[in-house]
Amino acid sequence: MFDILKINLCSPLTLAFALGVFARLVRSELSLPRDLYTSLSIYLLFALGLKGGVELSHSSIAAISGPAAVTVLLGVITPITSYLVLRRLGRFSIADSAGIAAHYGSVSAVTFIASQQFVTQAGSPAEGFMPTLLTLLEIPGIQIALAIGAFQLRNESMKTEGGGTSASKQSTRELLHELLTSRSMMLLVGGLIIGVSVGDQGWKAVQPVFEGLFKGLLTLFLLEMGLAAGARLGDLRKTGLFLLGFGIVMPILHGSLGAYLGSLAGLSVGGCTVLATMAASASYIAAPPAVRMTLPEANPTYYLTAALAITFPFNLLFGIPIYYAISQAICL
Amino acid sequence: MKTVPLCLITIITETILKDRVVHLVRDAGSHGYTITDAQGEGSRQRRVGEIFGDNIRFETIVSPEVADKILQVLATDYFDRYAVIAYLSTVNVIRGEKYV
Repeated sequence: MFDILKINLCSPLTLAFALGVFARLVRSELSLPRDLYTSLSIYLLFALGLKGGVELSHSSIAAISGPAAVTVLLGVITPITSYLVLRRLGRFSIADSAGIAAHYGSVSAVTFIASQQFVTQAGSPAEGFMPTLLTLLEIPGIQIALAIGAFQLRNESMKTEGGGTSASKQSTRELLHELLTSRSMMLLVGGLIIGVSVGDQGWKAVQPVFEGLFKGLLTLFLLEMGLAAGARLGDLRKTGLFLLGFGIVMPILHGSLGAYLGSLAGLSVGGCTVLATMAASASYIAAPPAVRMTLPEANPTYYLTAALAITFPFNLLFGIPIYYAISQAICL
Repeated sequence: MKTVPLCLITIITETILKDRVVHLVRDAGSHGYTITDAQGEGSRQRRVGEIFGDNIRFETIVSPEVADKILQVLATDYFDRYAVIAYLSTVNVIRGEKYV
């Protein structure tokens, strides 16, 4: 356990992230141009989709159906457990609970990539179809949490004033359109389809850019993530101890569930680790705008700080090795 | 040169509301608008789109009636929930018929 923690903490990805946080803490002027951030995220998502598509073309439907089913199941369970814990134990408002739950129900693509890199480094690479599972997990979690929020708020307002709130006026169709046509969905799903269609032959032509440069550019992206997370550290004082505990304990519980379900579906140790990481991670790209639009009553300081300043660093530094250890124990 | 006085509405709000604001002013009867990126902080402080770009500055030149309609919708649907400020100023334009 100590060894794998050490491997993880000494990887360029983690150290670049730490440098970003450090630069913020010492108030360095370092910042990445906004356009570079956008370009890097486009590159990473598209590369992930393409590579995943090529790998997918080698997999059979029978091999994917089990893991796909447990992934969807995780997408349903994680927002509900998050909501209940926040609302019942944390005494958060309906909107805040649903807003935070939407983030924990969805998945962080960067954490996913980091876990893929980790298991490859550790010598038990994950199945090639994992990026396909990533796309399955991205949307249902957000939808379910927002639906719980809208439903509960409508019930509340019917009790008090007898009318719906403007949050419930937002049409589900509009939101679904936004989520399905978002940048990350277009690049991931589009990349998967292109990858499947071109196969190995087509992949070879673009491999130098999309695989050769991948780790280096990912390291640069993590520097930016460190800067973004570092900027939020000050907000930890406003969010309270409960959310700090939630941002660490909830991922471990969801991660353990993910590893267990993954092993039931027949995934390898690497696959279980990546699935566990997906279940444990919190989205900070797709979820925030969706929550802001649909549940404006939810306080962004809570959900952004929890996802970006607590859970993301925790998963990157300690979570992934922990999920790996859990998966090893379960799969043996 | 003959100029006509009209209303310039400036709305500064969260980037994620861009599409909604476009619909809003179009529906109210505006014929055109300009959007620029904006940065800053107000009473609500943190913005959701922080990594992507904070605010937009939305400008449109309209008749006083349309201006009133836009402000009305902003007041009922947006001011309570989102980070929005809006203000009116009078501007003098040539080709006044273009805007009404």
